[in-house]
Amino acid sequence: MNNAHNDNSGQGKDPAQSSFQLRLFVAGSTARSQQAIQNIRRICEEHLQGQYSLEVIDVFQHPEKAREYQILALPTLLKELPQPLRKVVGDLSEKEKVLQGLDIQLV
Amino acid sequence: MDKGKDIADNQMEMLEKVPSGIPGFDDITNGGLPSGRSTLVCGDAGAGKTMFGMQFLIEGTTEKQEPGVFVAFEESEPDLKKNVASLGWDLDFLCRQKKIAVEAMHISSEEMTEAGQYDLEGLFIRLDAAIQDVGAQRIVLDTVETLFGLFTDAHIVRAEFRRLLQWLKDRGITAVVTAERGHEGLTRFGIEEYVSDCVVDLSQTMHGQTTRRHLRILKFRGSGHGTNAYPFLIGRHGIHLFAVTELGLDYPISKERISSGVPRLDEMLGGKGFYRASSILLSGTAGTGKSSLNASFVDAACARGEKALYISYEESRAQIIRNMESIGIDLQKWYTNGLLNFHTVRVTTYGLEEHFFVVKELIEENPPDVVVIDPVSNLLQMGSPEEVKNLLTRLIDLLKSQGITTVVTELITGGNPMEGTNTDISSLMDAWILLRAIENAGERNRVLYVLKARGMSHSHQVREFVLSEAGISLVDVYTGPAGLITGTARYTQEAQEEAEHKRRLEEIERKRKELERKRRVREAKLKEIEAQFQGEEEELELAIREAEKEEEKYLQTQEQRKQMRSGAEGHE
Repeated sequence: MNNAHNDNSGQGKDPAQSSFQLRLFVAGSTARSQQAIQNIRRICEEHLQGQYSLEVIDVFQHPEKAREYQILALPTLLKELPQPLRKVVGDLSEKEKVLQGLDIQLV
Repeated sequence: MDKGKDIADNQMEMLEKVPSGIPGFDDITNGGLPSGRSTLVCGDAGAGKTMFGMQFLIEGTTEKQEPGVFVAFEESEPDLKKNVASLGWDLDFLCRQKKIAVEAMHISSEEMTEAGQYDLEGLFIRLDAAIQDVGAQRIVLDTVETLFGLFTDAHIVRAEFRRLLQWLKDRGITAVVTAERGHEGLTRFGIEEYVSDCVVDLSQTMHGQTTRRHLRILKFRGSGHGTNAYPFLIGRHGIHLFAVTELGLDYPISKERISSGVPRLDEMLGGKGFYRASSILLSGTAGTGKSSLNASFVDAACARGEKALYISYEESRAQIIRNMESIGIDLQKWYTNGLLNFHTVRVTTYGLEEHFFVVKELIEENPPDVVVIDPVSNLLQMGSPEEVKNLLTRLIDLLKSQGITTVVTELITGGNPMEGTNTDISSLMDAWILLRAIENAGERNRVLYVLKARGMSHSHQVREFVLSEAGISLVDVYTGPAGLITGTARYTQEAQEEAEHKRRLEEIERKRKELERKRRVREAKLKEIEAQFQGEEEELELAIREAEKEEEKYLQTQEQRKQMRSGAEGHE
C-alpha cells in the first residue's frame, strides 16, 4: 500500500479531507492531452487509489480557468491539496517526476 | 535640420507606424513604432521598460482608439496599477472601459516540475481571451523572457516565443516586448534574434549623484531613424524624450515690447523695452545687481497682470522676497495673489536633462508670461559648457515657442567680462546686458551696458546703476573706464535692419565720432599752443627789443663816457 506524505496530519483520518485534489488542464483533445489524461489516471490508480479526486479541464473550452489557476504550459497537472500547491507540466509520461512533483513518496 | 531631412527622405518606404505615446519618440522615428509588428525594448532593471510599454498602451486609449493588453510577467496587477497611478493614469478606469486589459502571469518556478512533453498553449489561450475581451490592437509583453527562467527546456520556450511573435503578427497586433539587458548579448536570452523589426535600447548611467538616461534605436527595419543616444527622463508623466529636432526655430515672433521694469533701461532699448517672447541675458560679476534687475522685470510683469515664474538655483523664495523688499520691490504681494511662482532648487538636485524637464512641466502646468532663471551659470556644476549650452538652447527655444519672455542671469567669475560669457550662451540670446562694478575715487559703483539687442536700436552708453530703497534707477555717467563717449542716444531709422550689421555700423560711427572728437581736441590744443606761442613770442620779442634798447643805451653811454674821458685828457 502506498501512502501519501500528509502535511495535514491534524485533519486525521477523514478520507474526504486527506485526499488528493488534482486538476489536469489540457488543450482540446489532442494526442498529448489524451496521453496526459491516461498517464495521470494510471498513476492515481496505482498510488492514490481511493484517495484522490481528479478534474480534467479543457482550457479551450474554459479560457478563464487558465487565468484563474495561472496556467501557461499545457498540459499542466495542479495539486491543490494536500498543501503545498504543486504544478507538474508535460504529458506526465515521466512517472518518477510526476510523483516527485506531487510530493508522493514511495514506500 | 539635416537629420530631419534624412529621416524624411528615408520615409519613401511606406512602413505604417503607430504613435508610441512617448513624447519625442515619434519625432526620431518619424511616426512611432512599426504597425502590426513587434518592437523589442531592452534595458537594465529600472531603465524604464515597463513605463515605455504602459505609455504605448495609454496612447492607444486616447485618439487612436487602439485598445491594448498589458501582459505582466513580473509585476502583480495591484502593483502595476499603483505604479501607473503614480504617473497620473487610472488603469482601473481604463480596464473598466475595456480600453486596456491587464493579464498578470503570476508564476513561480518553485512549485513547478516538468514531466514530459508540453507547449505554452495556455499562454496563447490567455492572450487570445484578453485580446478578444478588449479588441486589442496593441500588446505589451513585460518581461517576456521571464518564461526562459521559468521553464528548463529552452528549446521549447524559444520555439514558443517565435510562434508567439508570428501569432501576434498574423493578428496585426503591434507589440512591445521588453527584455533585460544581458552581459554578453543585448538581452539575457538572446531574444533580439527573434524580434527583427525594431529594437530600442534604454540605458542609464550614474553621473555624480544623478542618473542619466538615454534611448537609442538600434534597429528599425524598413525605416529611417535617428541614431543618437537621445537623453530622456522619467518624470511625472512618464518617459519624455528630448529629440534635438523636437523644437525648431519655427515659432512666431512678436513685435510687442514689454518693460524691463526700469524706465531708463527701456529708454536705452529703443525707448520701449524688450521684445515679448525674446531672451535676455544679464551677465555680471558678483553683487552687480543681476537679481535686482530680475526682480524689477518680474515686478513690472505682475503689475501688468501677467504671470511670472522665478527660477532660482541659488536663493530660497523667502530670501529673494526679503532681499528685494530692501530695494523697494514687493514680490510678496504677487506671490500671494498667485501671479508669481517660484521654483527654487539646488542645481545638484537633478541632472541637466531633468532640469529641462522640470521647467517644461512647470510652464505646461501653469503657463507664465515671463520667466527668470537666476543664475544659469550654476548649471555648469552639472555638465560641460557644451552640455549646458545645449540645454539652454532647448530651454530657450521651448520658452520662445510658448511666447514667454525670458531673462537669464549669468555670474561671471574673473577675466574680462567684456570678452565672453562663461557658458558661451550670448549667441543664443536676443539681448545681452552687462553689469559691472567699477571702483573710482574710493567708491564702488555699478554700471550697466547694453551689449546687444537684436532688432532694435539701442543705446551704447554706459549708465550708472543705482540701487536704493526706492528701487533701481539709472544715471548718466560722464566718465567711465577707457574710451567711453557720452552724449545723446542715437535712434536708428531702420529698425528691421539686422542687428549685428547695425551694431557694427554703430561701432564704426562711434569710433568715427571718437576720432572726430580727438581731432577737434588736437586742433583745439594746436590752437591753444599756437596762441600760447604767439603770446610768448610777442612777449619775448618785446623783451628782446627792450633788452636791445638797454644794450643800445649802454653802448651810447659807453661812447659818451669815452668821449668825455678823451676830452678831459685833452684839457690836461
